[in-house]
Amino acid sequence: MTRPARPAIGYWTGFAIVLALLLATPLVLPEFWQRFVTEILIWGLLAMSSDILIGYTGMVSFGHSAFFGLGMYGAAAALLTIRPPSLWLTIIYGLVGAGLVAVFVAYFSTRLRDIYFAITTLVFSQIFYVIIFTWTEVTGGENGLTFRQPPFSIPGVLSVPFTRDGFHWFIVAVVTASYLVLRRVMQSPFGKVLQAIRENEPRTRAIGYHVERYKIVAVMLSGLFAGLAGVLYAVQNKFTAPDFVFFLVSGEVVIFNVMGGMGTLVGPVAGAAFFLLLREGLSRFWTEYYLIPVGLIFTAMVVFMPQGLLGFLRRRLNQ
Amino acid sequence: MLALENVHTYYGKSHILHGVSLEVNPGEVVGLLGRNGVGKSTTLKTIMGLVRPSDGSVRFEGRDIAGMAPHRPAHLGIAYVPEDRRIFRLLSVLENLRTGLDRPGVSEARKDELLEKVYKHFPVLRERRSQAGGTLSGGEQQMLAIARAMMLEPRIILLDEPTEGLMPRMVSQIREIIHVLHREGVAILLVEQNVPLTLEAAGRVYIMEKGVVRHHAPAGELRANQAVIHQYLGV
Amino acid sequence: MGIPFDQILIQTVNGLVNGMILALVASGLTLIFGIMDVVNFAHGELVMLGGFVGATTLAMTGSFWIALAAAALTLALIGAVLQATVLRPLLGRDPLTTILATFGISLVLQKYALWQWGPSARKLQEPITGQFDLFYLEYPWYRVLTAVLAAAIIGALYLFLRFGKYGIWIRATTQDRVMAQAMGIPVPVVLAVVFGIGAGMAAASGVLFGPLGGVTQTMGSDFTLRAFIVVVVGGMGNLGGSILAAIFLSLIEAYASLVVSPAQAVIASFVVLILVQLFRPTGLFVPTPK
Repeated sequence: MTRPARPAIGYWTGFAIVLALLLATPLVLPEFWQRFVTEILIWGLLAMSSDILIGYTGMVSFGHSAFFGLGMYGAAAALLTIRPPSLWLTIIYGLVGAGLVAVFVAYFSTRLRDIYFAITTLVFSQIFYVIIFTWTEVTGGENGLTFRQPPFSIPGVLSVPFTRDGFHWFIVAVVTASYLVLRRVMQSPFGKVLQAIRENEPRTRAIGYHVERYKIVAVMLSGLFAGLAGVLYAVQNKFTAPDFVFFLVSGEVVIFNVMGGMGTLVGPVAGAAFFLLLREGLSRFWTEYYLIPVGLIFTAMVVFMPQGLLGFLRRRLNQ
Repeated sequence: MLALENVHTYYGKSHILHGVSLEVNPGEVVGLLGRNGVGKSTTLKTIMGLVRPSDGSVRFEGRDIAGMAPHRPAHLGIAYVPEDRRIFRLLSVLENLRTGLDRPGVSEARKDELLEKVYKHFPVLRERRSQAGGTLSGGEQQMLAIARAMMLEPRIILLDEPTEGLMPRMVSQIREIIHVLHREGVAILLVEQNVPLTLEAAGRVYIMEKGVVRHHAPAGELRANQAVIHQYLGV
Repeated sequence: MGIPFDQILIQTVNGLVNGMILALVASGLTLIFGIMDVVNFAHGELVMLGGFVGATTLAMTGSFWIALAAAALTLALIGAVLQATVLRPLLGRDPLTTILATFGISLVLQKYALWQWGPSARKLQEPITGQFDLFYLEYPWYRVLTAVLAAAIIGALYLFLRFGKYGIWIRATTQDRVMAQAMGIPVPVVLAVVFGIGAGMAAASGVLFGPLGGVTQTMGSDFTLRAFIVVVVGGMGNLGGSILAAIFLSLIEAYASLVVSPAQAVIASFVVLILVQLFRPTGLFVPTPK
């Protein structure tokens, strides 16, 4: 799946515009929609991380709820145990938590293929869900944990509590940076090999690439960024709950990927936005049954628009 | 009865058939020779509806069958014996035969008749009728594949390299069966690499190269002048 | 260890009973997978809907047996229609797409059930009440009946596949879909029917499970997950393997719940799956690893 060559200027202009818009939202939008945009960014980051596996490497994983969840709970651990609360340590704890899970999943990725991998990652998520749900003393069980937001700090220099807008900008910065990093990586030879694995794994192996190593790196990368999304979510909302570790969350992430367009990084973010907007809009009429039309739309897209919104638009624009 | 005209077929992006035209008349045995990879099997698969042609026409008894649903040609009277046989390995011999026998409009008496007939020609199948198809030897599987096709009471059988990998004794049996089918008036489109068998069994022969028919002649003519064969098959 | 013998006994029987219900669910799933390579994410929702349809029919007619039949037939029909509409275009595409499509369907079905039947659970009245003496304990008759019925349905499926024209068609299509078509077998119809059979069996499980655990909208995911584990452990596409795996896993969970809470006992199944994937990925009850 190669992208048609587009003039770099056009791309970066568009990028700059979107970035500017995102930064401007706290000044322009009412609070509800402001939080909405922030949510889109966090889920978008999660969807991007999932795209690495599903869109680029062709590995269907339902394990992202585990990465996300452990990022969240890792952050919670830091925020509840470290005094004074430190933003950077929180992030590190979260990444370590997600990273540990990623190691396990990475191991399985080298041994199992397709459906078996998908089901095993699903089960894996559920293991964490059950542990977190039932180990009430440590994880708060069903009710989760609550904590305070750490201040933005540069060690030794300053420590400033986040304002709501400030944290939004922080998230924009983190997500944008993540996007740029991932984009760089995916466009590098490494990323190309991942795509080759997706298209034809035996052939890629035959050419001489150590497919296992690439898969491991892909899983670690994916897991870390998913964990980062979890940290952001925890710090943003000041609570964690086991619901986020339930495998259906992984399912929703996959929905973002498919709806937006796999293998594009931007697509999944668009997919997240699309899904959340649909949910918002349809909830007005359908209340808690919004998933009925959304589910139907999603299923229809899988059948008729497998390349996702982005792919569809791209085809249209190219005509 | 069966007529292909200018058929083009693709496998994904590969253009395999570049305009194949051939025909088979009722009761004829027609040979299709050519090296590996020229598109002989693809031609048969296109007739059976297993691949869709992108251009050209495939007509059977006047009807256009190109792109028909793949389970229809059998009901029209076209039977297929693929290379590598593809018998149902986990089904018994009898159950394999039943996949062709169990058709609408066939009485129980007729089914027994057909079974008896096939057992007569292939006694080994009667012996092994309760055994799983996968336990048969290569030659026996070939017999089963042909017998299974015969259960459809077809007007034409598409035979794809029936003698491949078989011992000479088995090859003779195949030759016998082709004769039997011919006597019964069943047309045969025989794809083969075994030139002598083809020249002996067929009335007319087409020779393919790179996705097109390059030569077409009565078998007798080719028997007399083998130069053409050498040219296209390098034999 | 100090666990009283009667508890072990009860858990053994419970494990067998639950195992048979799970086997019924998993047989349908593995049948579907074997013939059309579809990992039906919505299978648990079919169980759930079967339970609800059964509950409603039971309330209307007062007969458990009519409810069972109605649920099975209704869901069989829905299943066949689903296959013919949504899944047929996906044949031959990336297996990922069928997982996603069935996942989408599961979301729709789950919320549809919420819409139609509301958030509260339904309990089904068991057709026979009363208990019998199991050694020195009292055990409900209904649970034994459940296991017997599930076994009977699976047995009927086995016989249907083994003998008779349609059984041959289904088995031939499972082994070689292309050649089955070349022999004139109407494969599109066969696929829809098989999906329908799988759905019907799932629905029957839902009704049988009704008196034991009630019917709720969320029970679907649980059944789907367990059925997946069973099918992988038993060997995908392997009917006998699924049945053995279902019983095996249910027994392990039953015994585990003697030591930990039932919510945690489910981890036992997860661990078994992970172990199987590590050491015998093609399945525990498959004769030889391929």
